Amino acid sequence: MHAVDVKNLVKRYGKIEAVKGVTFHVDEGEIFGLIGPNGAGKTTIIRIISTLLKITEGSVNVFGYDINRDANEIRKLISYLPEEAGAYKNLTGREYLRFISSFFDGNDLVERGVEIANLGKRIDDKIETYSKGMTRRLLVARALMNKPKLAILDEPTAGLDVINAQEVRRIIKESVREGVTVLLSSHNMLEVEFLCDRIVLIDSGRIVEEGEPLKLKEKYDARNIEEVFVKVIG
Amino acid sequence: MSFFSLVKKEIKELLTPSTILPMIITVFLFVALGNAFGNIAEEVEKKQDIGLINCDNGIFSDIAVQEIEKFANIKYEGKDEGEIDKVLNEFKDKIICIIFIPSNFSENIDSSKQAEIKIYWLVKGLGLGDIVSSAFFDNVFATISNKISSEIIEKNGINSTNVLLPLAKREITILKNNEIEGISPQMLSNFLYSQSVTIPIVMMIIIMMSGGMVISSMGMEKENKTLETLLTLPIRRSEIVVGKITGSAVVGLMMATIYMIGFGYYINSFQASSQIKLADYGLNLSGYDYLLIALSVFLALTSALAMCVVLGVFAKNYKSAQTLTLPLSMLALIPMFLIMFKDFETMPALLKIILFIIPFSHPMMASRFLLFNNYFMVIAGIAYVAIFSIIFMLIAVKIFNTDKLITGTIRK
Repeated sequence: MHAVDVKNLVKRYGKIEAVKGVTFHVDEGEIFGLIGPNGAGKTTIIRIISTLLKITEGSVNVFGYDINRDANEIRKLISYLPEEAGAYKNLTGREYLRFISSFFDGNDLVERGVEIANLGKRIDDKIETYSKGMTRRLLVARALMNKPKLAILDEPTAGLDVINAQEVRRIIKESVREGVTVLLSSHNMLEVEFLCDRIVLIDSGRIVEEGEPLKLKEKYDARNIEEVFVKVIG
Repeated sequence: MSFFSLVKKEIKELLTPSTILPMIITVFLFVALGNAFGNIAEEVEKKQDIGLINCDNGIFSDIAVQEIEKFANIKYEGKDEGEIDKVLNEFKDKIICIIFIPSNFSENIDSSKQAEIKIYWLVKGLGLGDIVSSAFFDNVFATISNKISSEIIEKNGINSTNVLLPLAKREITILKNNEIEGISPQMLSNFLYSQSVTIPIVMMIIIMMSGGMVISSMGMEKENKTLETLLTLPIRRSEIVVGKITGSAVVGLMMATIYMIGFGYYINSFQASSQIKLADYGLNLSGYDYLLIALSVFLALTSALAMCVVLGVFAKNYKSAQTLTLPLSMLALIPMFLIMFKDFETMPALLKIILFIIPFSHPMMASRFLLFNNYFMVIAGIAYVAIFSIIFMLIAVKIFNTDKLITGTIRK
C-alpha cells in the first residue's frame, strides 16, 4: 500500500484548470517532492491531499483511505504545513504546541515539539514576538511533533535564512528516520535535490517528469535538478 | 478534550488588550455618566442650604417659613432687608439662594392683593448640574401657595379641600383584557420601562458583541494564516463550528455582562426609587416564565452566532470582519427600535411579519408577552428561533466542508 496514491487528478476553479490529470504515488518512509515554478499547481495538489480542497475528477487515496469518503480518517494520519502558515499570536509557543497536541494521541508531544522547535526560553514568549524564522521552526515542530504517518510540507523553508533553512531540513530528515513519510513541495531545486528520494516535476498543472534526483540528472546530463527542469520544460 | 482546547484557544485569542480596553472605557463612561445624572437627581431631592430674610411678622409669612423649613436647611435667618448684601458676600459658597419675604407680605394677602416672595439665586455655573437646584423652589412655592390658599378659605368657614380639590381622579387602565386600577398609561409605561427599553438594548448589545466576536475570530484565522492548519486537524468541521460559536459566545456574554452592569448603572440613575409593585396588579413573571425567557435569549444568541459563522466565511481579515458585522447590527437594531416604540399586537401586519422573522426580536418581546400570559407567541418564537439556528448551523458546517474557506468560491 502506498502512502499516497493520486490517479488522474483534475482540479478546476471555474473555467481555470489548475491540475490537469496528474498521477503519482508516494511510498511509505520516503521524502517525495513536488517540484515546479510558482502557479504550477503544487499547492493545489497538496491542499487536496491535505483534505482542504475537493477534487474535480480522479481519485486520491492516503494510506488506503479515499479522500472524498474518509477525510476525517485521513486527518488523523497527516500533518500539514502550509506555505504561508501562521500561529495564534496571543498564545505562547508552548501553549500553541499544547493546543495542537490536544488533537492527537500520544505522550510527551509538547516536550518533543519544544525540542524540535529549539527556541530555548523563547518558547514561553508570545508568538507575536517571534521572528519569521522562529515562527517557522515552531510550525515545523508542530507539524512533526506527533510523528504523523504523512507530513505534507508546502515550501517548508520558504522565507527562511540559510541557517534556519538548514535546521528545518535537518529536522525533516530526522523525522523520516523515525518513520514519517514526507510529501513536500518546493520551487527551490537545490533543496529538493538534497532532501528528496523521488520527485515529480510539474508545469502548468501537468507532470512533465518524475524519478530519483540522481537518475534524472544522469538522464538529462545535468549538473543539478534546476538544469533538469530547464531541459524538460525546454 | 480537543473541543475544549478549541474553545479555550478561541477565548484566549479573542480576549486581547485591544478588545478589553474599549470595553473598560465604555463601562467607565457609563458609570461616570450614571454618577453624574444620579448626583443631579439627588441634588433635586435633597434638602438645600439657603438663606432666609423674613421682614414680615404676619401669620402668612409664618406659614411660608414653616414650609420652607420642610424643604431646606436655613443656614442664615435675618429680619432686615439690608442684610441681603451681607449674606450674599458671606454665604455665597454655602447656600444656593436667599429667600426674601417683604414686610408687607401678610398685609397684602389680607387685603386681597398678590403677595410676593423674592428669591436670589446664587448660580455657580451654567452646566446641567449647576442649574438644577432652582427646581427645588418650585415645590416650595407651590406648597406655600397651597397652604396660604387653604388658610384664607378656612378663615371664611369653608372646607378648603372642597375648593382646592373639588374633583378626584380615579383611573382604570384596560390593557389586553387586564384592568389595572389607579395607574395611568403613562405610569404603566414608566413601570414597564425595563421591558420596553432595557431588555431590547441589552439583547442588542449581547448579539452585536457575541456576533462580532465570531466574525472577528474567522477574520483573524484568515489574517493570521491559521485556518488551513485548523481545517486539517483531526476534528470534525461541525466541532470547529460549534467550538467557535461556544468560545465567541463565552467572550461575547462576558463582555455583554460587563457592558450591562455599566449600562444598568447608567439607566438606574434616571429611575425613580419608589416604584409600584407590578405583582400587585397581577403583572409578574413566574419562575417558569423566566425559564422561557432564558431559553429564548439562548436560542437567539445561538442563531446570531451561527449566522455570524456563515458571514465570517466572507471575512478576508480582521478589518473586513468588522464590516461584516453590519448586517447583524441592522438585524439587532430593527427589532430593538420597533419594540421600544410599539407593542407587537398594535403593529401593522407587515411589521409583525418582519419582527417575527428576525430571530432576535423574540427574547426582546418575550417578557412583555409573558406578562400578559401570551404563551403561544413565546413558544412559537422559541420554536422558530430553534429551527432558524439549526438551519444556519447546518449551512455553516456545509460551507466548512467546501472549498469556500480556502478559495473564496463554493464548489462541491
